[in-house]
Amino acid sequence: MICAIAGRELRSLFLSPLAWSILAVVQLIFAYMFLAQIDLFIQVQPRLPMLPGAPGMTEIIAVPLLGNASMVLLLVVPLITMRLISDERRNQTLSLLFAAPISMTSIVVGKYLGVMTFLLLMLLMILMMPLALLLGGTLDFGMLAAASLGLLLLLASFAALGLFMSSLTAQPTIAAVSTFGVLLLLWILDWAGNNAGSGSASGAGQGNDVLAYLSILRHYEALLKGVFNSADLIYYLLFIVMFLVLTVRRLDAERTQH
Amino acid sequence: MSKDSLITVENLYRYYGELCAVHDLSFEVRRGEVLGFLGPNGAGKSTTMRIIGGSLAPSGGRVLINGIDILDQPTLAKAELGYLPETPPLYRDLTVDEYLAYCARINRIARAQQRGAIDSAKERCGLTDVGRRLIANLSKGFQQRVGIAQAIIHSPAVVLLDEPTVGLDPIQIREIRTLIREVANEHSVVLSTHILPEVQSVCDRVQIINRGRLVLNETIGEMRAKLQAATTLLVALRTAPPITELESIHGVQSVESLEDGRLRVAYDIDHDPSDAIVEQAVANGWGLHELTPERMTLEQVFVDITCADTVLPHDSDANPNLGPNSNPNLNPAQAGEAA
Repeated sequence: MICAIAGRELRSLFLSPLAWSILAVVQLIFAYMFLAQIDLFIQVQPRLPMLPGAPGMTEIIAVPLLGNASMVLLLVVPLITMRLISDERRNQTLSLLFAAPISMTSIVVGKYLGVMTFLLLMLLMILMMPLALLLGGTLDFGMLAAASLGLLLLLASFAALGLFMSSLTAQPTIAAVSTFGVLLLLWILDWAGNNAGSGSASGAGQGNDVLAYLSILRHYEALLKGVFNSADLIYYLLFIVMFLVLTVRRLDAERTQH
Repeated sequence: MSKDSLITVENLYRYYGELCAVHDLSFEVRRGEVLGFLGPNGAGKSTTMRIIGGSLAPSGGRVLINGIDILDQPTLAKAELGYLPETPPLYRDLTVDEYLAYCARINRIARAQQRGAIDSAKERCGLTDVGRRLIANLSKGFQQRVGIAQAIIHSPAVVLLDEPTVGLDPIQIREIRTLIREVANEHSVVLSTHILPEVQSVCDRVQIINRGRLVLNETIGEMRAKLQAATTLLVALRTAPPITELESIHGVQSVESLEDGRLRVAYDIDHDPSDAIVEQAVANGWGLHELTPERMTLEQVFVDITCADTVLPHDSDANPNLGPNSNPNLNPAQAGEAA
């Protein structure tokens, strides 16, 4: 059941030109970023052997690429998730799912897995670029794996939030804008934390620490550095589960007694 | 609740903010029955259908499908239910085959039987030739057929069709009606509509709903008997005598002169004055050239019931169905009687 819904979701993504154009544009941008990082690496390469503990190819090329990718995908994921439920509501096809003998959880998880398959595909296409470096050198696979896992978790969180926002409205654009707004806010929560870190009052500092801890970026940065902390993993998993549960509850509210 | 009842609706309420769209609605649909759910626009038909179809929550009351509460055990209850909403829930970017395959899967048809279920649904709805076409490119009539195919693909015990013939041309309407009659051979059907001939031609039982209340619940047979029992005659005479002379004929209660020169004669149901009128007309040379018993049509019943209700203040708890214009012949069923 879940597979059927996920499959249809993926299919309808690829039936619309939106998915294709997003994949193309994103790939173009990342290719440019990738080449810029290679350029940088070539410039600094002669000086690297002289430095003790010098950064390698992974740190100079792959990690910044994945770091920048998070910013670009923050813009892109809301465009992919916006149609998930709002479009069905607008076209009144939601009643097909509601009248079928499937639970609301299967509907939500199915849709989520459908969009995650798409995002995984996108991630693989991005990862192909750093992996292409294997042709001429070696990579720090541990670090690359941590960074990729971070990006995957980040995308999964974006998608969960996007799915929830899509369940709130019948207008895909509203879903996209609000997803983007909330994601950006979660992102820049970190700024307040950073600024206060240099500030004085400890009480305000603690409040800001909490805000900074909630920031979706903070946890990603740790993984980018190759630090795998289970707290970060749990943060993302909680984030995803929370928004999936909220989506189920939002849809259930339409058809159960209140 | 009788054993054979497939849908049982008990004291259903639904509010949209302050507006009460469905008010204390109770009824049953029995196995093998085609129920016509009739009402003017905005009467609460679609709201009721959506609640039974599981896409809208009732504010109060219960809906049982095959004895299973739709709110407590939605997945079990819905396995026995096929639902075609007002707007058919079609994915326009899929072909008919792809769409039906998806419907078969989400309706939990076993993988081995999916192919057969899709083929039989397509055949029954006359979709065999358009399987590979995109739904978006089909005509409205065919889209409606795909909607019906979707509702019957898992052979549910009961099929809900919400205004299935709206927006179709007369030929398509005929075809869809034939299709509904075929569907009714194997499933119970609830058909919501505001088109009266549809009910007369397809349904076994009629329910009229107005302002969210059930105002009539009768089998088509009972309905027909009532419609046949006319108590007025239309009489056209070339040289009409004074009205008092007609009124003196045995059985005649009143005579009303119509605008086109004809007379409407109301009579006592036990004493049909037709023979007497003919005899007198011949004897006195009135020049009788028309004598027709006035039969009520379903349309009149419908208009009487629904308009009578609007005359009264709708918050009154008195019987809202017997307005000043309503025909005394009618015995509108109260919501409670239906259960």
